[in-house]
Amino acid sequence: MKAFISRRDFLKAAGVTAAAAALAGCSSSSGSASGSAAGGKTIKIGVFEPASGDNGAGGKQEVLAIEYANSIAPTVDIGGETYNVELVEVDNQSSTDKAVTAAQELVSKKVSIVLGNYGSGCSIAAAPTFQAASIPAIGCSCTNPAVTEANPYYFRVCFLDPFQGSVMASFAKDQFGASNAYVLSMLGEDYGSGLATYFVNAFEALGGTVTNEQFPEGTSDFSAYIQNAINAGADVIFAPCATTYAAQIITQAASAGFDKPITAGDTWESSVILDAQKGTDVQVYCSTFFDENDDSGIAKEFVTGFKEWLNADSQKLTNNGGNDIVAAVSALGYDGYMVALEAIKAAGSTDGTAIRDALYGVNYDGVTGSITFDQTTGDANKDMAYIKKAADGAFEFVKTQSVED
Amino acid sequence: MAAKFLPYLLAGISVGGQYALIAIGYTMVYGILRLINFAHGDIFTVAGFLMVYATASLPLTVSIPLVIAATVLLGIAVEKVAYKPLRTAPRMSVMISAIGMSYLLQNLMWYVTGGLAKQYPALPWISDTVTVLGCQTKRVTVITPFLVIVLVAALVTLIQKTKIGMAMRAASRDFETAQLMGIKINNVISFTFAVGSFLAAIGSMMYFSNYTAVTPTVGAMPGLKAFVAAVFGGIGSIPGAVIGGFLIGICESLIKGAGATTFSDAFTFALLIVVLAVKPTGLFSENLTEKV
Amino acid sequence: MTMKQEKKRIYLRAALGLIALLAVLLALDNLSFVPSMLLTVLRKGAIYALVAVSMNLLNGFTGLFSLGQAGFMLLGAYTYAILTIPAASQKSIYQRYANGGIGFSIPELLSKPLGGFGLLLGVIFCLILAGCIAALFAFLIGLPVLKLKSDYLAIATLGFAEIIRAAVVYEGFGPLTNGSNLLYGFTSFSNFNITLGGFTLHLETVMPFLFSGICIAIILLLINSTYGRAFKAIRDDEIAAEAMGINLASHKRMSFIISSFFAGISGAMLAMYQASVQATTFKSSMTYEILLIVVIGGIGSVSGSIIASFLFIASSEWLLRFLDNETWIGGFRVPLLRSGFRMVVFSVIIMAVVLFFRKGIMGDRELFQKKPASAAKAAKKEVRSK
Repeated sequence: MKAFISRRDFLKAAGVTAAAAALAGCSSSSGSASGSAAGGKTIKIGVFEPASGDNGAGGKQEVLAIEYANSIAPTVDIGGETYNVELVEVDNQSSTDKAVTAAQELVSKKVSIVLGNYGSGCSIAAAPTFQAASIPAIGCSCTNPAVTEANPYYFRVCFLDPFQGSVMASFAKDQFGASNAYVLSMLGEDYGSGLATYFVNAFEALGGTVTNEQFPEGTSDFSAYIQNAINAGADVIFAPCATTYAAQIITQAASAGFDKPITAGDTWESSVILDAQKGTDVQVYCSTFFDENDDSGIAKEFVTGFKEWLNADSQKLTNNGGNDIVAAVSALGYDGYMVALEAIKAAGSTDGTAIRDALYGVNYDGVTGSITFDQTTGDANKDMAYIKKAADGAFEFVKTQSVED
Repeated sequence: MAAKFLPYLLAGISVGGQYALIAIGYTMVYGILRLINFAHGDIFTVAGFLMVYATASLPLTVSIPLVIAATVLLGIAVEKVAYKPLRTAPRMSVMISAIGMSYLLQNLMWYVTGGLAKQYPALPWISDTVTVLGCQTKRVTVITPFLVIVLVAALVTLIQKTKIGMAMRAASRDFETAQLMGIKINNVISFTFAVGSFLAAIGSMMYFSNYTAVTPTVGAMPGLKAFVAAVFGGIGSIPGAVIGGFLIGICESLIKGAGATTFSDAFTFALLIVVLAVKPTGLFSENLTEKV
Repeated sequence: MTMKQEKKRIYLRAALGLIALLAVLLALDNLSFVPSMLLTVLRKGAIYALVAVSMNLLNGFTGLFSLGQAGFMLLGAYTYAILTIPAASQKSIYQRYANGGIGFSIPELLSKPLGGFGLLLGVIFCLILAGCIAALFAFLIGLPVLKLKSDYLAIATLGFAEIIRAAVVYEGFGPLTNGSNLLYGFTSFSNFNITLGGFTLHLETVMPFLFSGICIAIILLLINSTYGRAFKAIRDDEIAAEAMGINLASHKRMSFIISSFFAGISGAMLAMYQASVQATTFKSSMTYEILLIVVIGGIGSVSGSIIASFLFIASSEWLLRFLDNETWIGGFRVPLLRSGFRMVVFSVIIMAVVLFFRKGIMGDRELFQKKPASAAKAAKKEVRSK
């Protein structure tokens, strides 16, 4: 109980200091201390990510990589002049109704380009705000097609849900010879149910049969769903959902003795999954954007550098989920930042529309592969996904998978 | 058929037992204060987090009693902070305070944990996998209903045979008269919260052993469902809350098994509305005076 | 006669006040130096003001403790969104459903022959329809639950909101509601901006204030009518009210339906503000937030609810944001400031209001109201009895 009491005292103290800070008019812009080169001009990059809510964990990993990228490349040359890059971070609380004010906050701070969001819902909600202010945005890991559709200011560096769904369907068939799949997603969540639909369509097109079910938000008892999968005679489970639920699904599959593979999309590449899988016999596979053990120069350089940077600060390590595993979303965040710098350089201006126009011409060799943008939608042109398997506390690279034609 | 049916039934009984343990906390507090303690579900969650942090540095033999004690203290503290100052206030104010308390606890947990899901430690023995009639499950699933029965029997004895139990009964019958009779009402209320939180702590150990991810909002749904269970059984009645808990747990699990997974939560609330409309006092209500 | 004249004067003043407010907002909307954050907060605040007032009508003026507000807002938001998505973009928005969408859009249909006026007409029509759908559900749900008292009613309406949230995203309704996916691309506040030869007249902040203002004015008229007095009588003493000849059931139902109607409209406006709508945002925590706004403003005070809405939105989404960021003063890192701290501070403030300033900002008074002598006396009496 002592901890509680002292916390209350802390609250009081914090209230006073916070008020003092506000009075002193100190700047509360966060991120790395990149404004060190005094006198230089600055360009602001907005970081529109969740630090709380359902996607808070993933959002933090993405932000960390953006901060890391900023520490690697703190300046950018615009028209022969060196500008300091300042990150402006806002928390959109993973909620579409908070996303608009968060986006507006970035607009009011006059950022030149925005990175984010982790999930698709908030990106879609914020897109009109950025568009109205003529600020281009680069989605890092939002995979829903609707994000960039009909919005000339939204780009993204990751692949799309229809692609990812088809990839996982092909993988299930190629790898396991599966003909009967059980698909489980969360009711009311656009990411999971979207991915589920694309998987179902692709899997059925490949001649398989599917049982498709949804669970309500807040569910923690998945034993009935696992049982449904067993009863349906599934060869494979495809369960794209938030990691919170994923952990439950895995542990309960283990306790129900489910011995078939469980597959999912990119969100599952997380330490939460590893913790849940550790010590069980459940086979867990997920698709993802990059391979952290890839030997090709850039990826390796990023992984070692980022790990070193994380390990130097315990708070950063906590934000990354308590370990130094490099998540795919971190790689995407890093690439997003670098692509933004390329575009700013190419545009030679801090003006949003100029940067937008320059983005279409960017060709950047990133951690997650080479990145060019589709000239109509602004999506990155990607044609393969990395499949990984969770095994005893680490992700093993299985194969790269592309869609069967 | 039976083999298909059994796993759902087992899961239902287990989760129902956990609802029952939470529901008792609701029903006892409501019986005395006529208050829906909205923060009860969050106390349940805090117990989960405490366990995660306690086992990180302490052995289980120390951390289990420590977690239970801390949860009980938290329950009493919530009452002292949020409900005691409002003893004479209108019921609506107290309920708003309860909602505010729940909001505060959730945000505080969010702040402390950083919003990440924490893996609940595996408790030895009860987390082991066993095979019951040909289907695999954790031992805790099998134990929960028996544990609930034992705890309820102990609780009923406490209420029927001891002096503080008598005081509780008197307070729930007539709050003011009990006060006049020299019953120290604040002690009775604190004791009620202590018992409720104790059961929530036990419930949280059972619950999270099965469903191992702890997040700040994880307790909200079980909390609401446990309240429905308490209403269903007739609020103020302990056996009613237990039966309501089991019934809801089993129905929910069977509905999922029947393929109507989308509506398993909706069912619980539909049941609530039907019960309230048809028999507002619930199945086993004890005293009928001025409740609904 | 003088009463009537005085009433007329009050109405005139209120109308003038609203027009003056709108004029100021019009200016704010179009001056480039005005921080855009302020405008966003004002817009959202106006919408929350309406839903807070609608909740106050029920909880504060009629004494019915309902927690279904988010559910009714959801109904309104979805009704509005479905009716106003342009026909051309329905195919891509409902991409997961073969025959998704209704195939037409009301504002689009009306704006073809009537231009800008048609757009306005269409939006108003859809807003009213959104309210009506919410009201219809309120009527249906009210049949069984309005017989219940205080906490039972609260939990039943809360349950109802959860049912609605699950039902809307049901795959079977997908072609209409787009299942779990967002609805977007529908008519929003920015569609009202008028562009004339390169110059744009912004109306994004004016419109929500106009709609909210009219709705709140209607609620105020209702509260000051005989119905409103009947509501208050029911709140103060049901038995006495019944003895006075007030039909309890019909008045409660009426209050519930009207409150839900305006909750539906505010839900639709929230959709317009967000430019997208998704069922998962309408959680019970949204209802709690609205309830806390009502409490902070003062239960039973319309102006209190309005003030509290703006305060709540401004502080939670704008002014307190610095609490979430790590801050350095010189070489000193301010302790405790990290993500999540804002909400902790915020909920502590709310608990303090709930516990120590139970009357909220306004109590049950209004902003421009002379305090009647009897009320003052009653207030004194209350103090003494404690």
